[in-house]
Amino acid sequence: MRHIISILVENEAGALSRIANMFSARGYNIESLTVAPTEDASMSRMTVVTVGSEDVIEQITKQLNKLVEVVKVVDLSQAEHIERELMLIKVRAGARERDDMKRMADIFRGRIIDVSDNTYTIELTGDGRKLDAFIQALDQGAIIETVRTGASGIGRGNRVLRV
Amino acid sequence: MFKVFPALAVMDRVKGVELSGAEIVVRCLQEEGVETLFGYPGGAVLYIYDELFKQDKVRHVLVRHEQGAVHAADGYSRSSHKVGVCLVTSGPGVTNAVTGIATAYMDSIPMVILSGQVPTHAIGQDAFQECDAVGITRPCVKHNFLVKDVKDLATTIKKAFYLAATGRPGPVLVDIPKDITTHSCEFQYPESVSMRSYNPVRKGHAGQIKKAAQLILEAKRPMVYSGGGVILSNAAPRLTEFVRLLGFPCTNTLMGLGAYPGTDRQFLGMPGMHGTYETNMAMQNCDVLLAIGARFDDRVIGNPAHFAQNPRKIVHIDIDPSSISKRVKVDVPIVGNIPDVLDDLLALLKADARRPEAAALEAWWKQIELWRARDCLKYDRKSKLIKPQFVLEKLYEVTKGEAFVTSDVGQHQMWAAQFYKFDRPRRWINSGGLGTMGFGLPAAMGVRMANPGATVACVTGESSIQMCLQELSTCKQYRLPIKIVNLNNKYMGMVRQWQQFFHGNRYSESYMDALPDFVKLAEGYGHRGVLIDKPADVEPALREAFARKDELVFMDFITDQTENVYPMVPGGKGITEMILSEEL
Repeated sequence: MRHIISILVENEAGALSRIANMFSARGYNIESLTVAPTEDASMSRMTVVTVGSEDVIEQITKQLNKLVEVVKVVDLSQAEHIERELMLIKVRAGARERDDMKRMADIFRGRIIDVSDNTYTIELTGDGRKLDAFIQALDQGAIIETVRTGASGIGRGNRVLRV
Repeated sequence: MFKVFPALAVMDRVKGVELSGAEIVVRCLQEEGVETLFGYPGGAVLYIYDELFKQDKVRHVLVRHEQGAVHAADGYSRSSHKVGVCLVTSGPGVTNAVTGIATAYMDSIPMVILSGQVPTHAIGQDAFQECDAVGITRPCVKHNFLVKDVKDLATTIKKAFYLAATGRPGPVLVDIPKDITTHSCEFQYPESVSMRSYNPVRKGHAGQIKKAAQLILEAKRPMVYSGGGVILSNAAPRLTEFVRLLGFPCTNTLMGLGAYPGTDRQFLGMPGMHGTYETNMAMQNCDVLLAIGARFDDRVIGNPAHFAQNPRKIVHIDIDPSSISKRVKVDVPIVGNIPDVLDDLLALLKADARRPEAAALEAWWKQIELWRARDCLKYDRKSKLIKPQFVLEKLYEVTKGEAFVTSDVGQHQMWAAQFYKFDRPRRWINSGGLGTMGFGLPAAMGVRMANPGATVACVTGESSIQMCLQELSTCKQYRLPIKIVNLNNKYMGMVRQWQQFFHGNRYSESYMDALPDFVKLAEGYGHRGVLIDKPADVEPALREAFARKDELVFMDFITDQTENVYPMVPGGKGITEMILSEEL
């Protein structure tokens, strides 16, 4: 099962590698990992997407909690939550493809954020499946470069993760 | 005269006098009450060594290899419940220490390792004797720190001691760049530290403890399975009270030996791969298993699928939530500090008039006695060769069961665990988790340092002892009269045993052709060496050695090369699928 885990961690050198190291040392998967400081600069928030049985996920959350710098851990997938991922995609957009490409970006609510004579760079936000769908929808030959952030997640409604 | 120094010390605190980083390190150790520090100097820690030279509160013990320093600090801690402390230099100092740190980590030993680092401006430049100490040790420490500002030094060291000793204990490394030891700032040692991300539990959940009590009272075939956590948390007296109150059978793991008296009738012996027949049968066939400070290690429960075949209710008390339901699903998990949990559990049971059904318990004991009657530890007592088991029985007799016994890793370790009956905690010192050959001798040094005047034996083999042999020199310098019991079968015995059982008698590289003359070797280091090759000489040699209170005696026992450790559960098998000695 795919799980999305949110981690509040002290914003200290080495904290990221401690967490990444725990995953690799114990043989757990990381599908994606995002991290950045929160509104409180002393803390970072990390979102890890992982895959594993219930037992494995239980161990992952316990092992994360055991790390001294980890302040809180929540398995977002246990309840209603929202997740978003950002993709920047550079596509071929010469005179012939330009209009089609603009339309396609519009359909997916993407924004063109950089333009050159023969390329567009499109910014697209959504859950992972939407980004996948956009890539699928394009002529594969038109894709020059993609970069994705991996998922960030947050609980719905009153469900909050803070100290 | 005037009491100058105490008065100055008080003023220091009030005014916060500026001290150098190196002075701060030493002052922190003093404030922590560290009496003994194991270490080895080098470029990056010269200023710290200079400050050590100028004081006499913290005694520095100079080892011959950094691995020895860490094992010695480890033995010091295991035998005393104090935090073990060591000091090593940067680069190779740290890498040499890694085996010791990993050993302590696997067995949850509270320890603080101070390591030197190249100056902050040189970090990342591939400087001389530079290594990423924090990166290299990260997977084998409870936590580690790189100090980047002298102002953080005292707080960091305080945190290191706090983290090492609380919760599930473990080693903590503090990496100190050389320039930090020369910078100065006001010194004030914090009285306490708190960390929002680290809040170890103490009390167990009351509802869960109630459920455990209920299961205990309903048990018909109970079994108490206690591990190293009971010793680490100083819960041995409570465990003993608990087991006696209920009249339940009890086993102690390799890490837990001595938590419940080894000579007591309710003690069934060690569990697991080389555990006793009666213990493994009871572990498998009980209806309520009480796991206390134990972690269902693969060497204890064997194949988890086989272990799960028999239905039983499991109560698991542990301070580390990640130990619970890691390898075996449990019914009543209780996360908490063992002494606190046992206190609460004992209070509940004492207040309850009910007791487990006596008839059922009696029938269970009858069954256990039948298992015990197999006498699974028997060996050939008529052999003309020295049987290693015999040496350990005699060691037990000669030391009246009161010695501190350290061991290395292999057959001798298992025989020591089986044949030396430990009645008290912190007397059996071995590397259980990592299984580090070379642990025994330096650990024995630490034990003796923590327990001046105590009888300390190091049970080892001709292969293990050669892995930290250089510490014989340290023993000479500090006059540590350790008694080395070398069970010399000219093989890496446990490797040979596996090769005999599972690799068609192909003894690939497990035989050493050029062993040293251990007697001369011991003499070369300034100690006494004795060679014993006849069974009749075993006891006299031990008596004579232990009578020499001030001398290290290296006893080289030439033992039966073909002896194996029984019972044995082959890897991947269930714990009741034991090979017994009579079956061969």
